[in-house]
Amino acid sequence: MTKILNVHNLGKTYTSGSKKLTVLEDISFEVEEGATFAIVGPSGSGKTTLLGLCAGLDQADSGTITLCGASLDAMNEDELAQLRNRNVGFIFQNFQLLPTLTALENVIVPLELQGAKNAAKIGLELLEKVGLADRSHHYPSQLSGGEQQRVALARAFSNTPSILFADEPTGNLDNETGEKVIQLLFDLNEAAGTTLVIVTHDLELAQRTQRILRLKGGKVLTNQLTEAL
Amino acid sequence: MAWRDGRASIKRLLLFMASIVLGIAALVSIQSFGGNLKQNFTQQSKSLMGSDFLIVANEPPTEIVQRVLDSLGGANATEINFPSMVSFPNKRATKLAFVRGINGGYPFYGSLVTKPPAAAIEYQRLGGALVDATLMLQYGLKTGDSISVGMVTLPIVGSITSGPGSTGISASIAPPVYIPYRFIDRTGLVQTGSRVEYKNYFVANPEPNYVELAKRLDPILDAENADLDTHESTGRQLGRRYENFGKFLNLVAFIALLLGCVGIASSVHIYIKEKLISIAVLKCLGATRKQTFLIFLVQIAGMGLIGGLIGTALGLILQQSFPLLLRDFLPIELKVSFLWQPLIIGPLLGLIMSVLFALSPLIGTWYVSPLQALRIQEGVSTKTRRANVFVMAAILLFLFAFSFWLLKQVSFALAFVGGILIVFSILTGIAVVFMRAIKRYFPSSWGFVARQSLLNLFRPNNQTLVLLLSIGVGTFLISTLYFSKDILLAKTALESSTKTPNLILMDVQSDQTQEASQSIREAGLPVIDNFPIVTMRMHSIKGRSVNDIRQDSLRTVNRWILNHEFRVTYRDSLVASETLASGKWNPLFSKGDAIPISLSDNVARDAQVVEGDTLVFNVQGVLMETVVANTRTVDWGRMQMNFSVIFPKGVLENAPQFHILSTNAPDEKSSASLQRKLVRKFPTVSIIDVRQLIGLVQDILDKISWVINFMAFFSILTGIIVLIGSIRTSKYQRIRENVLLRTLGAQSSQILKITALEYLYLGLMGSIIGIGLSLLGSQLLATFVFKAAFIPSWIPFLVVVPGITLLVLLIGLTNSRSVLKSPPLEVLRKEGT
Repeated sequence: MTKILNVHNLGKTYTSGSKKLTVLEDISFEVEEGATFAIVGPSGSGKTTLLGLCAGLDQADSGTITLCGASLDAMNEDELAQLRNRNVGFIFQNFQLLPTLTALENVIVPLELQGAKNAAKIGLELLEKVGLADRSHHYPSQLSGGEQQRVALARAFSNTPSILFADEPTGNLDNETGEKVIQLLFDLNEAAGTTLVIVTHDLELAQRTQRILRLKGGKVLTNQLTEAL
Repeated sequence: MAWRDGRASIKRLLLFMASIVLGIAALVSIQSFGGNLKQNFTQQSKSLMGSDFLIVANEPPTEIVQRVLDSLGGANATEINFPSMVSFPNKRATKLAFVRGINGGYPFYGSLVTKPPAAAIEYQRLGGALVDATLMLQYGLKTGDSISVGMVTLPIVGSITSGPGSTGISASIAPPVYIPYRFIDRTGLVQTGSRVEYKNYFVANPEPNYVELAKRLDPILDAENADLDTHESTGRQLGRRYENFGKFLNLVAFIALLLGCVGIASSVHIYIKEKLISIAVLKCLGATRKQTFLIFLVQIAGMGLIGGLIGTALGLILQQSFPLLLRDFLPIELKVSFLWQPLIIGPLLGLIMSVLFALSPLIGTWYVSPLQALRIQEGVSTKTRRANVFVMAAILLFLFAFSFWLLKQVSFALAFVGGILIVFSILTGIAVVFMRAIKRYFPSSWGFVARQSLLNLFRPNNQTLVLLLSIGVGTFLISTLYFSKDILLAKTALESSTKTPNLILMDVQSDQTQEASQSIREAGLPVIDNFPIVTMRMHSIKGRSVNDIRQDSLRTVNRWILNHEFRVTYRDSLVASETLASGKWNPLFSKGDAIPISLSDNVARDAQVVEGDTLVFNVQGVLMETVVANTRTVDWGRMQMNFSVIFPKGVLENAPQFHILSTNAPDEKSSASLQRKLVRKFPTVSIIDVRQLIGLVQDILDKISWVINFMAFFSILTGIIVLIGSIRTSKYQRIRENVLLRTLGAQSSQILKITALEYLYLGLMGSIIGIGLSLLGSQLLATFVFKAAFIPSWIPFLVVVPGITLLVLLIGLTNSRSVLKSPPLEVLRKEGT
């Protein structure tokens, strides 16, 4: 199978005053195209930092990342933005919807950034899929947490990404709502054949993916197939 | 706790503070300058007058006045002055000048600064003239050249750099020419109808009690149409005149401060909103309402006090520039010193205004429920709303109290507060309507970038309204100023371009009228007007003698009516600048008891008379009984001869009179040539060149508007600080939005465009709203105050709107650098590492 994400000897250090804090050290792993992949670990283990680096949201201090065949360390900010816009979808713990836009407008932001013409049509179809077609003109403040996350899901799929990064997608939701959102995420993912990388505390959720990478203190503890666990 | 909590937000608190610094600085500088001016006028009142006191009249001392002069030990110096044409034989040029014939050691205080210095003392002995330095420069004159004043030609022995009580402006209208008193008779310029002043200067040692002196002499002198002016009263009068200008500038500065306070209110509102959870947590931990309220009150009060102190310091530095700015308007050399009053007012005002304007959001902390720590509750409680009404009332009360303190008159203070409320309400109203219209008719067809930037104006905790208000007020002030200047200048320019007079010949004696008219026609120019003028004074009003009215301490008749020498004409029809306000126009007086006359409405008002009331005029010794037949509304602003009293034909034809002739010279050359010719033939005739006067009006307006612009600039600057404050306040929201967009794949150029367009909209909307209101205000001014047509010039649209928009754009982008540069990872940061 083709590798969509390839991380090799990755390292990241933050400087706080005169102190250096190593957040990630010598991380290597691969994700196959169309696979589902979970990154788990306790708070402060470097999960979110790793996700950010893999998605090209930040630059690593050492090592290389290849995403969708492109080496991220050789790209500038605008090239990275273009890569994300064409190939990457995001789901955040805090939903991260733009408060000034309606549900539909939020969904089609990635398409509009591309200059796509049939954005509204695609957006409405996606809202239909997440069960929010009738709320398309509502603003985020008029939606519940679960509804906001469903809008975020629709947005994540709007640009038909090759890979989807989800950062604690149920972190701000109750169990029942969280379960519904996750089910929807996996359904949409399966239908679209997208690669899914999830960062989570939730082992139950992690076990629904094909492979789990365990982090501790910025280092890889294990990287195993879920079946093997 | 206040300090510990504020420490984390110190930058934002400092920005709130900066909003009021400029307003305070402007107010303190003007207050301090005004105080200094008053002090200087009092200290230099003798230098302003050149003596301790003087007795002045428009005619040679009568027997009674002479007796008064003698009883005071005789004048130490005497002066006869009048405006007259002077000519320079070597240069073949003529100019209207203010001729002062001096006898004695005037000025006794202050100095007459001449070049060479000795000329100020020796011109009387040498029999030469002193000529205004600017006039000499204009005509390329030098010491030794000649000047003709009427029939007399004298050598110029020096140039006058400055003299007692003279301003640059007055000198440019009629520059002073000093000649020895003994030559006045020989000039032949003192004739019937000449506007001559006879001054007798006194040096008192020891100084008398001026109140007592005025009490003793005023009734005697008033009856003889003479006046006593003391250095104290002159200083006071001048102080009052400048005080009015100072009051106006104070109000402009106050508006800047108000704007800053509105900025504070808005920023504190957001600041407190962001602190709601902390307040709720504090309350959960046992903090009382009072404690949490005080934490933030102390922060705001501290910030206001520091802002007041910095503003005061800045104001004191700023006031040093005022003597330079107002140089042309001031008759004295201003010595600037520090006064205690503005030093107290500045910090106090900073403290009160910031607390008062922040009180509404601060009260919100009082009613925050500890439950907010668990669940955010939206909406405003009834209690908060009620408290806000009280806060609003307190703000209005304070505004009124402060304006009253500045203006010293209840009606003015009410009008100012009302005006402010109206302007702010209209601006807010327009801004709200504008924003709603955008929301309703949202340009959905626009591209994403343009739409997103427009939507940013509606982001949560946006300060769009405050920004539109501050940009709008600044633009409104500057544009209104420009439009008003425009109306005034357009009015004069319009009239000068048509077949209206632009050269006016004053003091033409009856026997000269024919010949003077002939000379004008020979030059190929028309005689447009020929008004006969008869001078007279009021003798009695409604059967009560003027002297009797003067003694009445409860009189309602304006004093000037009692002392004024009226220049009256007679004619059978109204002219273009007049409209009949009441009564019937009488073209001709045939026979009857009283002569029906026409009064301008302002004279009727000041004399407290209406149609049918009788007035007796003293026409050079002959008493004439008249009845008010009608009143006229006169457009005094027109550059033409207007009259407050008009007699019908058939009454004054045989009275001693002189004439005013007017013509229209198409260009400066023909105007100068005619003036030379007329002055040579009729040395006693004064000529007013309206074209030159218009240039002068423009010059004066330019200078005044420069000063006002300087003050309006404070509003703009305050607006800029409010803008920076707002950008900083919404920084985290902006970072979140931009980073999210970047995460979703937005290019740097797209984000930059979204940000730039947002400020472009803000700048454009604010300035358009400001200029729109200014157009409305100027139209009202033109209709009701200037009574002129208003054709707005394009300059404010071409300069002010793009200028302010560009400024907002630049400041917005400069202050958004950190937002634009934030790495996309920030979007995940709040969610843990």
